[in-house]
Amino acid sequence: MNNILETHHIIKQYAEHRALDDVSLSVPKGCIFGLLGPNGAGKTSLIRIINQITAPDSGDVILDGERLNPNHIKRIGYLPEERGLYKKMKVGEQLLYLAQLKGLTEKQAMEKLKIWFVKFDIKTWWTKNVEDLSKGMQQKVQFVATVMHEPDLIILDEPFSGFDPINANLIKDEILELRDKGKTIIFSTHRMESVEELCDNIALINRSHKVLDGPKQAIKEQFKTHTYHVEYQGNLDTLSPAFTVLKTRPTDDGFTRADIKIPPDAAVNELIRHLLDRVAVRSFGENIPSMNDIFIQAVGEVPTT
Amino acid sequence: MNTIFLIIKREYMVRVRKKSFIIMTILGPVLIFGFYAIIGWAAVSSINQKKIAVVDESGRFVNQFKNDDETVFAYPKESLAEAKKTFVKQGYNALVFIPKDVIEQPKTVKIFAEKSVSLALQSNIERAIGKEIETIKLKEAGITQKIIQDAKVNVDAQTISLSDAGEKSNNGIATTIISGFCALLIYISVLIYGTQVMRGVMEEKTNRIVEVIISSVKPFQLMLGKIIGVALVGLTQFMLWIVLTIGLMTIGSRIISQPKETAQSQMATRMNGMPGGQEVQAKMSTAKNPVADVMAAIETLNLPLIVSCFLFYFLGGYLLYSALFGAVGAAVDNETETQQFMFPIMMPIIAAIAFAQIAVRDPDGPLAFWTSMIPFTSPVVMMVRIPFGVPVWELALSMALLVLGFVGTTWLAARIYRVGILMYGKKVSFRELSKWVFYKG
Repeated sequence: MNNILETHHIIKQYAEHRALDDVSLSVPKGCIFGLLGPNGAGKTSLIRIINQITAPDSGDVILDGERLNPNHIKRIGYLPEERGLYKKMKVGEQLLYLAQLKGLTEKQAMEKLKIWFVKFDIKTWWTKNVEDLSKGMQQKVQFVATVMHEPDLIILDEPFSGFDPINANLIKDEILELRDKGKTIIFSTHRMESVEELCDNIALINRSHKVLDGPKQAIKEQFKTHTYHVEYQGNLDTLSPAFTVLKTRPTDDGFTRADIKIPPDAAVNELIRHLLDRVAVRSFGENIPSMNDIFIQAVGEVPTT
Repeated sequence: MNTIFLIIKREYMVRVRKKSFIIMTILGPVLIFGFYAIIGWAAVSSINQKKIAVVDESGRFVNQFKNDDETVFAYPKESLAEAKKTFVKQGYNALVFIPKDVIEQPKTVKIFAEKSVSLALQSNIERAIGKEIETIKLKEAGITQKIIQDAKVNVDAQTISLSDAGEKSNNGIATTIISGFCALLIYISVLIYGTQVMRGVMEEKTNRIVEVIISSVKPFQLMLGKIIGVALVGLTQFMLWIVLTIGLMTIGSRIISQPKETAQSQMATRMNGMPGGQEVQAKMSTAKNPVADVMAAIETLNLPLIVSCFLFYFLGGYLLYSALFGAVGAAVDNETETQQFMFPIMMPIIAAIAFAQIAVRDPDGPLAFWTSMIPFTSPVVMMVRIPFGVPVWELALSMALLVLGFVGTTWLAARIYRVGILMYGKKVSFRELSKWVFYKG
C-alpha cells in the first residue's frame, strides 16, 4: 500500500449546504501533500472527517489500508487552523495531558517531550501558564502537541500563520525533517509560496468538489501554456508567423522582454534559432505556471489569506 | 475508558487547585464557625455571675436564696445604712433589703445598685422572695413541702409520628428547618456547579482547544468527563466542609468552654448546633434552648437516610441540570448569549423552590407528591419531604425517574454539544438547537 490515506467518494451534507461532494483523494506515503482551496471550499470539513471529529454521510476513508477507526487517533496529529490551548494550564502539564489523550503513557510522554523541549530550546516554559506566553510561543507549544506522539500522518491547517519568519523557518525545517523520516504531512494553506516550496503533491478543492490533484510537477506540466520569455535587444517584427508574440515590454536597462507562444508540436530549438538570427538575446526561459497561477486558473479567483 | 478518566482527572485537578476553591473551602467552615463562636461568646459573657448582698431584717431569708450560674447571694450582718455605703466596695453588684414585715407587706423589698439592675435580675429576686413567702405562708397553713412538690405537674407536649418503624419523637420546627436547609443546599449547589460546567465548556470552545481534544476523544467523553470531574469537585467541597466544620467546632468548643466550668454545659449546648456533636446536648434540658431543641429533634430523625438521600439527589439533580448547562455552553459563543438559554433551564429549579415551600407545609399533599416525582423538581422537593418520612415506593420511584431524567438530558445535551462545540460565529435559536438534536454523526 503506497497511499497512507485515501478517501473514496466522500459526501458531507450540513442542513442545506453540501460541504463535500464526492471527494476522492489519495495521499502517498512520505510526501508533503498540499490541500488547497478557497475559503469555504470544504477543506476543514474534509480534515475533520479524517480526524474523526465528524463522520461523512457516505464514502470511506482508508488509513494505511484500513477503514478509519478509533485506533487511528494516535496515528494522526492535527494542528487546527484556530489554535487553542488551556490558558490557565501549565505548558508541561498541558502537553502531558494532550499526549496521554493520544494514547501515550505518562512516562512515554515525558520522554518525548523532553526531546522536543531541548530541540526548541523552551525548557524554561515547562512551568509557565500558557496565557503568559506570546502568541508565537503558544504556536510552538501547539506544534509540539501535534507531533509529540510521532504520528504517521500529520495534518497542519495553516501552520505558518502567526509565526515570525525565523520561527516559520524552524517549523518548515521540522516539517521537512518529519517527511524525511517517512511521515506524511497534509498541509492546508492559502499561501502558494509555501506550497511551491514544500509540497510534493497537491489537491485543490473548490465549492465542495475536488477540481485538481496529483504530483505538483505533473500539475504544472498540465497547466503549461507553451510560452517562453526572452530578453533581447533588437527587433522581433520579422519572426516566423508560427510563433506568436504575446506581449513585449521594455526592461529598466534598455532590453525588451517578450512572451512568445509556440505551437504544442513545435520544437523549442526552432524558436531559439529564429531568435538568434534576429536579436541579441540576454536571457531565455520557459514560463512555468506558478501555483498561484494554477490556483487562479482552476478556481477563478485570487487566493486570500 | 482510560481517556475519560484522564479528562475527569484534569477537570478535577484544575478546579481543586484553584485559589477560589481553596478559599471557599476554608472560608465556608470558618464562617459557620464564626457564627457559632459569636453565639457562644454571647452565651459566656451573659453568664457573668452577679454577687448580691442581702440585708434581711426579717431573718427569714438567710441562706434561703439559691445560688445559680448567674447569681450568688451573700448575707452580710450589717445594717441597711452601713451596707448601702459599702456593698459596691465589697464587690457586690446589688443590695437587697428585706424589711421585718415583709410577709405582711411584700412590696417594701428594695433593691439598691450602683448601675441600674437588669430586669432579669430584678424579676429573679422578686420571684425568689415571692416563692419564699409563698412557702412560708403555705407552711403556716399546714401544707408540707412534699404536698407542694407532688402538686407540680409538668406538661410538655410532644408530637409523635406513627410510622412502620414504630413511634418516634418528632419536632415539627426542627424537621422543617432541616428540610428547608437540605432543599436550599441542593438548589444552590446544582446552580453553582451546573454553571461551572457551562463555563468550562464555553472556555474550551472559545479557546478553540476543543478541536484538538475531540480529535483525540469523542465529544461525549469530553462532556461526560467534565460533568463527572465537576461533580467530584462538589463532593470534595462538601466533604471538606463537613470535616473542617467538625474539626473547628471540636477545637473551638474546647477552648471556649475551659475557662468557666459553670458555663460549660450551656456552652456545649450552643456549640453543638452543628453536625456531629449531638451526644453532649442529648442530655441537656431542652426547655430553654432552641438550638438544643433542634439538635435533639435531629437525633430522632433518620440521619443516615437523609444524608445518603441528600448525596443521591444532589448528584442526580446536578447531573440532570449540568448536562443542560453544558449544552448551553456548547451552543453559544460568549457569556452574554447564555442568558436566553439559561432562563428556561433555571425555570423548573426555581419553581422547585416555590413548590418546596408548599411541600414543607403539606409534605404528603398531591402537589408535593407530583413535584417530587418529576425529575426536574424532585431533587429539591423530595429533600423537603424526606425528613418528614416518605414511603419507600415513592422514594424508589422518584429516584428511578431522576436517573431516567438525567440519562435523558445527558443524551439530549450530547446531541447539541457535539454540533455546538464546532459551530462558531452563528447566533443560535431554539429552532436551530432542535435541528442539531437530529443531525447525524
